[in-house]
Amino acid sequence: MTEKYNMPDDRGHFGPYGGMFVAETLIPPIQELNAAYQRYLNDAEFIAELDADLQHYVGRPSPLYHAERWSRELGGAQIYLKREDLNHTGSHKINNTVGQALLAKRMGKTRIIAETGAGQHGVATATVAARLGLECVVYMGAVDVARQSLNVYRMKLLGATVVAVESGSKTLKDALNEALRDWVTNVDNTFYIIGTVAGPHPYPAMVRDFQSIIGREAKQQCLEATGRLPDALVACVGGGSNAMGLFYPFIEDSQVKLIGVEAAGDGVATGRHSAPLCAGRPGVLHGNRTYLMFDDDGEISETHSISAGLDYPGVGPEHAWLKDTGRAQYVNITDNEALDGFYALTRMEGIIPALESSHAMAYTMKLAPTMGKDETIIVNLSGRGDKDMQTMAKREGIEL
Amino acid sequence: MSRLAATFEELAKTGRKALIPFITAGDPNPDFTVPMMHAMVDAGVDVIELGVPFSDPMADGPVIQRASERALAHKMSLKRTLATAMEFRKTNQHTPLVLMGYLNPIEAMGYEDFANAAQRAEVDGILTVDLPPEEGQEYRELLKARGIDSIFLLAPNSSEERIKKIDAIGSGYIYYVSLKGVTGAGHLNVADVEDKLRQIKTHSRLPVGIGFGVKDAETAKTVADLGDGVVVGSALISKIEANLDDLARAKHEICHLLASMRQAMDEGGQQ
Ligand SMILES: Cc1ncc(COP(=O)(O)O)c(C=O)c1O
Repeated sequence: MTEKYNMPDDRGHFGPYGGMFVAETLIPPIQELNAAYQRYLNDAEFIAELDADLQHYVGRPSPLYHAERWSRELGGAQIYLKREDLNHTGSHKINNTVGQALLAKRMGKTRIIAETGAGQHGVATATVAARLGLECVVYMGAVDVARQSLNVYRMKLLGATVVAVESGSKTLKDALNEALRDWVTNVDNTFYIIGTVAGPHPYPAMVRDFQSIIGREAKQQCLEATGRLPDALVACVGGGSNAMGLFYPFIEDSQVKLIGVEAAGDGVATGRHSAPLCAGRPGVLHGNRTYLMFDDDGEISETHSISAGLDYPGVGPEHAWLKDTGRAQYVNITDNEALDGFYALTRMEGIIPALESSHAMAYTMKLAPTMGKDETIIVNLSGRGDKDMQTMAKREGIEL
Repeated sequence: MSRLAATFEELAKTGRKALIPFITAGDPNPDFTVPMMHAMVDAGVDVIELGVPFSDPMADGPVIQRASERALAHKMSLKRTLATAMEFRKTNQHTPLVLMGYLNPIEAMGYEDFANAAQRAEVDGILTVDLPPEEGQEYRELLKARGIDSIFLLAPNSSEERIKKIDAIGSGYIYYVSLKGVTGAGHLNVADVEDKLRQIKTHSRLPVGIGFGVKDAETAKTVADLGDGVVVGSALISKIEANLDDLARAKHEICHLLASMRQAMDEGGQQ
């Protein structure tokens, strides 16, 4: 059974979620961006250029790899990994930055800004900016600068200025605040490349569209490999872009289960987590209405996750909609469980996943044994673990 | 007639401009705010904007961000800001009071509960920074039904179409953000503000308060000549920040700065 899905509406609403909740100075640039995006969305020349970049620069299509040994070990469903870790710069983030950079170029913008948590989006942005010869400033929470120092160095090598944000909780949400402040100040020449399916309209839809190459490829590759659609898709959810990119082309295939994995940190019950869909409620932050973590006074809560890329109190508004409608389900995985996922994939398949992606791996370890051997799970391996080597070594008491 | 409309009408009769200070409720501590508000009235201000502290003040520069952080450290909240407003009203029935803040605390309280509480506190206007005209219809109607003005921002890059839209649904006054940037930023370009004000006045009947970049008596006077009111925030809050160990002095310096602005504006504003 399939149902037509055409979200968002023309003002960026996914039911009660999404929208354009920004200060007046940002309305004109957002309208300008939306106009450009609508124009190029179906422009043959733009699409051809994007496709060529994705193929020759990013290295797409990324493989859909049958993790046979791991599947056998877990004793249930056949697990296929969508290898976004093999993309240039090491994660799915580049699919989106390549697309937005092409838009920036067409809009005549000379300066690029971005926020980053794990640094993967920052690196992917600095990379496309270097390639186009554009000035690039990346905002990163001071806490994340410390725990992802390798990526900070990569961004600097690529010619970007990395600004350590000292306000608030000094993590991803504060980096986003600071990037928005930069944008209102420099609206004329600056393009803000948001790294996930959040922010004001049109970002959630636009980033989803750029990332949906993941799901389009996966669908075709799965049909080729197994002759049918997968039974379940699993992806980690920070802001939700790798998950949305995988899910979107399958939304109308209602027999395919969509499962988003949030970061439970020390455990949802402890309050030290980053799982707004599992444990938050609707509110407004960073330009859209969505599930958020906040206290009784509406002040945004501090979050916790071992992975900087999931350490965010909100989530893209389309996920809020998919949750409420029941089309997708959202689960959570603690730091410790994520570490189990990290080691399992590393030892079983010789693939070291990013700590973000490890959350999806950990849930797959729970899910696969409950399914039949003739069933399939596609797990999004959103990034590789190189950036996390210092964090992991430190946990093991090893000085690198 | 609302307190805001009456105030601007009264000022217009004498050719004077509104002096509108902004401070954050609960900065640097909750006991400071109400006496500070009364002192500002004594120093000659016409309208008070009271900032509601928020954990993620995206449109604010570092000075007001830190004011929010100081207030939140004392557990200041939207509820307690409303209580502050109510206490101010006990002994001041005439000075219009505008709450300025972000949407999420209001969402958390619920639109209707908030509108009722604001009415009980005799708040005159609400400026919700991250709620543009497109998104807030239900909310605006709840406020309107209780006689509370919805105040909107306009910016240097706002189109004619947006000016008309905001004129149609806004009331009280328009807050013109004189430069592209966050609060407390740089310096404003007088010729640009003048041009934009001409455009706004062509399409709107509302009084216009001009803010961002007003630092001293001289800028206040310059800006007063261009619109109907002058909003000053970061320059006042900087006085608090510079005197955290001597709040009596902070209060004195704020009043002194406001009085000097009042004087300069009254000299410059009479055409
Ligand atoms: C490898 C990887 N996966 C996932 C994420 C989370 O982002 P999203 O939920 O938008 O995919 C990040 C963010 O930094 C990341 O680096």
